[in-house]
Amino acid sequence: MIDKRVADPEAAVGGVVEGATVMIGGFGEAGSPIELIHALIDHGASGLTVVNNNTGSGEVGLAALIRAGRVAKMICSYPRSANSTVFPELYRSGRIELELVPQGTLAERIRAGGAGIPGFYTPTAVGTELVEGHEVREFDGRDHVLEHALTADLALIKARRADWHGNLVYNRTARNFSPLMAMAATTTVVQVAEVVATGGIDPEVVITPGIFVDRVVHVASPAHESDLVARGVTYP
Amino acid sequence: MSREQMSARAALDIADGSYVNLGIGIPEMIAQFIPEGIEVILHTENGLLGMGPSPADGDGDPELINAGKRQVTALPGASYFHHADSFAMIRGGHLDLCVLGALEVAANGDLANWSTGGDSIPAVGGAMDLVSGVKAVYVMTSHCTRDGIPKLVKTCSYPLTGVGVVNRIYTDLAVVEVGPDGFEVVDLTEGVTFDEVAALTASPIQDARSARVER
Repeated sequence: MIDKRVADPEAAVGGVVEGATVMIGGFGEAGSPIELIHALIDHGASGLTVVNNNTGSGEVGLAALIRAGRVAKMICSYPRSANSTVFPELYRSGRIELELVPQGTLAERIRAGGAGIPGFYTPTAVGTELVEGHEVREFDGRDHVLEHALTADLALIKARRADWHGNLVYNRTARNFSPLMAMAATTTVVQVAEVVATGGIDPEVVITPGIFVDRVVHVASPAHESDLVARGVTYP
Repeated sequence: MSREQMSARAALDIADGSYVNLGIGIPEMIAQFIPEGIEVILHTENGLLGMGPSPADGDGDPELINAGKRQVTALPGASYFHHADSFAMIRGGHLDLCVLGALEVAANGDLANWSTGGDSIPAVGGAMDLVSGVKAVYVMTSHCTRDGIPKLVKTCSYPLTGVGVVNRIYTDLAVVEVGPDGFEVVDLTEGVTFDEVAALTASPIQDARSARVER
């Protein structure tokens, strides 16, 4: 019988290795799997390459993972924000690498990674410094640049509801990168506020079919980054 | 012309039924000035079509935000989708219009708006995707910087966001289009003369007002 539930976030991140590539869902705080990220900090794995749209906020969640010195490289579209202080300091002192990717290209690289498409051409960023050195090819009289798929060892994502098969429904704009990351990682771990027994989700509304999901963790009252930051919480 | 006035001016030119992406910051203000009776569907790159105004205090959801990380609402007819679909809408030419800010716009339509170079932390977001795929690209910006340096130039000195992408620029002084021969003024702010605008533009600029019927 298929039952992908694991006991807690600590069990969920078990097995992550040094130097792993970890995709973390979320756009800003929307959809950020705070409890899973904190479990990753507790786990201790370092030298990580992390894929996320941003670099976190304050000193919780992804910002805390970076501050703890666990991240060797960020693959990201927007590392700057009002509350983002940890990353700039590490970046300026050369202690963390950055691969800056346009947001749409980042999304499509992850999608392609999960979809078995090793490379694709996009018109985005043609003629800009971000694609210097990329192969260029013309389609319909217009230049496009070659981009490569992104895959990961581990994806940490947040959804609203899961069943025991790992079928997922998301919440509003917390969806963002997570359905793509779920596909592109060898091991996909999801935290959800609600778990239902298999059969409890109408097949018509499933956004991420369980085939892409490996571990389901129930976190009944997930924290929100902005709330933690406003209260001055730091992690650990 | 204030930011509100610029936004109100730009809002007049958006057609009923348009699907529009408004950049974070000043362009977002355009949403408040869409005229009565005109329905514009706002797209936010982080996965919502049919974005509505900010919620009342206390009614917000930290998981219902716009690209600028501000809490918003969802109007009747809205839809949520993931990032690959969001950027398929953008890159695949489905959006009618995007309005962005600018550091510089060149006479051939090159846009620089993501980096001042030098020491700043580089960050790009969705700007390069937007300018590559959306059907019309408008810019809203002050005509000059706070130090009086023109932002409409012959060639951009800042790193480019896109090559030849800008169609129209709304400034505090004028509405300027990018034509085959460079900048063309199609509308002037009340009390501003064409010669004043030309003097503050670092590239040849033509007066195209008499040749145009606006909208």
